[in-house]
Amino acid sequence: MTDLCRIKIAIASGKGGTGKTFISTNLFHTLVKLGYKVTLVDCDAEEPNDMLFFKTDCVTECDVKQKVPVIDFKKCIYCGKCKEYCNYNAIFFLREKKVIRVLDDLCHGCGACAYACDSGAITEKDVSLGKVSTCIINDDSKIVEARLRVGVYTPVPVIKAALKTICKDEIVIMDSPPGTSCPFIQTVSIADYVLLVTEPTPFGLSDLKQSVETLKTMNKLYGVIVNRAGIGDDGVYEYLKQENIPLLMEVPFDKNIALSYSKGEFVVNNKNEWNSLLELMFITICDKYGNVNN
Amino acid sequence: METSIISGKGGTGKSSISAAFATIEKDVVLADCDVDAANLFILFSPTHEVETVYIAGQKAVIDYSCCINCGICKDVCRFGAISWTGGMPIISEVLCDGCLLCSRLCPQNAIKMVNNDKSRMYSGTFRKGKMVYGRLAPGEENSGKLVNIVREEARRLSKKNNIENIIIDGPPGIGCAAISSIIGVDNVVIVSEPTKSGLHDLERVVDITRKFNLKTWVIINKYDLNEEISNEIMRFCDEKGIFLAGKLRFDSLVVEAMVNCQSIIEFSPCSQISIEIKNIWSIINKKI
Repeated sequence: MTDLCRIKIAIASGKGGTGKTFISTNLFHTLVKLGYKVTLVDCDAEEPNDMLFFKTDCVTECDVKQKVPVIDFKKCIYCGKCKEYCNYNAIFFLREKKVIRVLDDLCHGCGACAYACDSGAITEKDVSLGKVSTCIINDDSKIVEARLRVGVYTPVPVIKAALKTICKDEIVIMDSPPGTSCPFIQTVSIADYVLLVTEPTPFGLSDLKQSVETLKTMNKLYGVIVNRAGIGDDGVYEYLKQENIPLLMEVPFDKNIALSYSKGEFVVNNKNEWNSLLELMFITICDKYGNVNN
Repeated sequence: METSIISGKGGTGKSSISAAFATIEKDVVLADCDVDAANLFILFSPTHEVETVYIAGQKAVIDYSCCINCGICKDVCRFGAISWTGGMPIISEVLCDGCLLCSRLCPQNAIKMVNNDKSRMYSGTFRKGKMVYGRLAPGEENSGKLVNIVREEARRLSKKNNIENIIIDGPPGIGCAAISSIIGVDNVVIVSEPTKSGLHDLERVVDITRKFNLKTWVIINKYDLNEEISNEIMRFCDEKGIFLAGKLRFDSLVVEAMVNCQSIIEFSPCSQISIEIKNIWSIINKKI
């Protein structure tokens, strides 16, 4: 069991709003109650919600910063080499008019412009991209939240910073950002197992297929939870059968579940059977992971 | 007239409402800007008259026949994308940001940049007018730029075909792609839902629409799920001076319509929910 106590599970979905946060928070809550040492990382930095479900303080916060160049106009000889080196169009330059500006929002902080400058005119300052907060639950479990500052273009650096806080020997649940683009890849790339949450509708199926195709290229182990079972059609189920993808759990469409979620409550506290269902699913996942790694 | 539908939180019903809006008027240009998870093509099966390759940045690749393992690339990379394994630099495709610095500074010219060229934009015709949508390839960034290209094509089609209404189905979140979906539009419609997460995400997305001074409307979808939080959302809109365009009940007809590859307006035009959506569209467009 020692190996299984350090499994890293990403909860993901192509489509937004399928129930990633619902599954992440309830699974975390259940495992903590059962005495496991777990870390929940909310990687949906654009719209982080996991913390809303836990009444807790003892928060440590750290700022995620990025370097942005500052041009010293007295030293600048208006050669334009920094603009040429910038691959993000973050330097605006008019040679004839001797105008040069850094567009902070477009800068990725790669430092190329500083290398380009031969006149020593470029120094760098820190700008805040967001923050990573940690709070402790039940002494040895914790929630880590990546939160993008409103107006910042990419959540990737904040997600990376949150993932860096993970220790090797703990169970980690990562609430992944929606979609299959860069923020999703950053999150699932460190996962041992990916739990895809979908809903049985044509939109759900289309986005599920895209997630599965992506995970195949990454050689990840994965399984599916169908949320809101009972609505929609059979498309998702037929696809799972055809692709031989394990269906780990179904959560029925139920107004009471939706209502308890809407209030920020755990379904596992209202219906005890969910505790066993989630624990069983966790053990199944550990088994699948263990089989591959032993 | 450009109307952008966004939500902050995913899965609030943004695409279903966009599809409904797109089937009220006689002629529209529909732009699916949720380039990371485009779905509207499923309902509308548009023709692919134009397919455009979108270059989503570049990735660095080492030519090991020239590499002398000097380590300069690893030292200068700020994205932690270059690791040292077996005495050699290895570039992680996932972590490489495509800044080009390693390639520029390599004394052996051993690092080449390769275009990320798997993303596409499609443009064509559907039963209610013209449709444009983008599909971002897995793992790629810069989706804001792809959104801009989709919107440019939508504007071109609107002008060329003399179609007044452009409807933009935006992505979830508040990042680059969401921002690109709303800049410069006439109306932003935020589809919210009465959950704690929904309210929290609404507050963040409203910060964005205010930052860009956009006319913002809110629809509370599935308001009957939790009327208490629905009231909280209404109070929030009131305080922030945001217009409440309307409230919609949860209705399983919406899912049935999707399963039948139709918008709710097409599937059940006389249902209560269709009438309410038409009403909301009129309010936003000041027809009443």
